[in-house]
Amino acid sequence: MDPYALKTLNAERRARRAAILVTDLGDGRDRIVREGDQVAGDLGAAIARAFRSGSSGSVEAEGRTFFLNAHLPQPRLVVIGAVHISQALAPMAKIAGYPLEIIDPRTAFATPDRFPDVALHAEWPEDVLKRLPLDSYTALAAVTHDPKIDDFALRAALDANCFYVGALGSRKTHAKRVERLLALGASADQIARIHAPIGLDIGAASPAEIAVAVLAQVVHAFRSRGVDAKGVAA
Amino acid sequence: MSDNIYLDEARDPLIIAEGWMKDGKDVAIATVVETWGSAPRPVGSHLVIDADGNFHGSVSGGCVEGAVVTEAIDVIDTGKAKMLEFGVADETAWQVGLSCGGRIKVYVERLG
Repeated sequence: MDPYALKTLNAERRARRAAILVTDLGDGRDRIVREGDQVAGDLGAAIARAFRSGSSGSVEAEGRTFFLNAHLPQPRLVVIGAVHISQALAPMAKIAGYPLEIIDPRTAFATPDRFPDVALHAEWPEDVLKRLPLDSYTALAAVTHDPKIDDFALRAALDANCFYVGALGSRKTHAKRVERLLALGASADQIARIHAPIGLDIGAASPAEIAVAVLAQVVHAFRSRGVDAKGVAA
Repeated sequence: MSDNIYLDEARDPLIIAEGWMKDGKDVAIATVVETWGSAPRPVGSHLVIDADGNFHGSVSGGCVEGAVVTEAIDVIDTGKAKMLEFGVADETAWQVGLSCGGRIKVYVERLG
């Protein structure tokens, strides 16, 4: 392995950015491909698949055998709001492989008693996100209904290019939110990325069912990164 | 998947390999490149080895690491990468087989 490739790979991994080490198993030469780098042909298609799935493996291309070792950051879910939905979402997300953190400055809601075994921050999102910044391998679900708490986090999630941004509230609530986010300086394209009303449409009624709908939407967003609605790689 | 969203740097084989390299050590990196059947470690897993035979990480559940370390020291000496294959443990090779019944292919290369 090329020492420079190893250094580059570790730097990407430390920064929570996806990278693939491509090794030619014939001559041992290797290089790092970052997400978004253009690679032509069959090898490029295989690399794009590996970025989406996170699976490593060998691929035949251009008459050679390449090994693709995919290093994807651990995806995670940040929930704004220590509410009833979050109580159901916390254990579900953990089981699904999406470690979850909850942020809610309302200390009556954000109690270890209501959220055992969960990373809980009884602070304003403004303060927590300074310490623990969002990134493109983070999903953010804002479920407090309170603009004072949700809006800053939503704007931060859009700016950080979170792979999923969802916000609880009716269409009417969301229309008002769009106005506020525009006033905060978010662009219309950014705002269009927000999933609202939140969750896949499965007719969820109870808080736990809404949690299922949200988690399913997060998984879908994660597994379809870089693919447009027709299933074509962007 | 682990609960930790950040690298566990003290136990991460590739971080350790980079540290060894900075300390001026000769290092080999072994990678699981293919598995068949029941295999204890997934494709992409690493074992890193220095010239003294110190190692971190794993390519199996401890079944074949000893053999990989021996081969790795040879790879460090010659600089020539090797593809190793391990199958079901049998009487003649019980020390270097996978008792779980799977088969794995491990690519061993020198760093630099």
